[in-house]
Amino acid sequence: MSRENTLVSAQWVEDHLDDANVVLVEVDEDTSAYDKGHIKGAIKLDWTTDLQDQVRRDFVAKDAFEALLSERGVGNDDTVVLYGGNNNWFAAYAYWYFKLYGHQDVKLLDGGRKKWELDSRELTDELPQREQTSYTAQEQDGSIRAFRDEVVAAIGTQNLVDVRSPDEYAGRLLAPAHLPQEQAQRAGHIPTAANVPWSKAANDDGTFKSDDELREIYADAGVDFSKDTIAYCRIGERSSHTWFVLKELLGQENVKNYDGSWTEYGSLVGVPVVLGDDKGDA
Amino acid sequence: MCGATEGGLSLDGVDVAKEAVVQGQVTRGGEPVPNAYVRLLDRTGEFTAEVPTSASGHFRFFAGDGDWTLRTLAPKADPVDRQVRAQVGSVAEVEISVG
Repeated sequence: MSRENTLVSAQWVEDHLDDANVVLVEVDEDTSAYDKGHIKGAIKLDWTTDLQDQVRRDFVAKDAFEALLSERGVGNDDTVVLYGGNNNWFAAYAYWYFKLYGHQDVKLLDGGRKKWELDSRELTDELPQREQTSYTAQEQDGSIRAFRDEVVAAIGTQNLVDVRSPDEYAGRLLAPAHLPQEQAQRAGHIPTAANVPWSKAANDDGTFKSDDELREIYADAGVDFSKDTIAYCRIGERSSHTWFVLKELLGQENVKNYDGSWTEYGSLVGVPVVLGDDKGDA
Repeated sequence: MCGATEGGLSLDGVDVAKEAVVQGQVTRGGEPVPNAYVRLLDRTGEFTAEVPTSASGHFRFFAGDGDWTLRTLAPKADPVDRQVRAQVGSVAEVEISVG
């Protein structure tokens, strides 16, 4: 993959607003953001209800994903362009999710909703009408999703990249600071994980830094590009942003997102945890 | 839910005695700015969180004890940095004026 295949600019989106084969999809942490205004023609996916199983902690099954996209009018051949707030955290999560279920042509709007707003580009509250489709998903691609046992086995052998803020990594905070800090799990990080906050990959306006800058950031933090990599954060959305950088922009092979992330790992019984700014030993 | 609701999370059900709240309002010429983004940077300048302002220009963070920087981005304005000290059990109020 490369930047040209996976990322589009705000201007590109504005130039393709009336292109019937381009489906804009807004995915926000704040699921009400879309309702107050969105890019013309964009449909909404709610990550809490549309993309999560409502009983157990997991994604919706393949047939439910097919039903969802069919109902929202997304076709298998459409170019899906994802964007959202929080510097595209949840849009990147949805991007990874679309890839997990095998959608071919999916892209991120560079800078997401913030860049669009800071550019003073137009938002509308008009809801788009899309014809129902008959969407067919692939089986989940296990090569991009990590589960807890793989993560424990990766300590000291693969790159583990903790993309949370330094205070969360060290255990001084338990959640990103726009959320209350009272949480059930233990604080800290997985031994040997490098702390490369997702935000290092982005400019203040939410757009991605250049490939050369990105390579330097991860190399300086001790990420060995010859090894397989697992990225994690708190619930798997910020690490989707980093997964996108490593896999889709920089073209690294074998990069997985651990969507269980700290809310799972920090609740596991008996696994090693490191407190403080040092990576810790395997 | 992991939610950055607009203007920061509601305090309903939050035990404020256990939180180091940083909150305030972004204005331009005395008027609230509803479409600004406020970033919370830690003592080393590293990004920690970001929220869009509410319809009334308000924002809220749950930080930790110590010194923080608020960086505000708004359309057609230069970024504005403001220092703030947060403490668990208290609410730090910051008024931010953008050009």
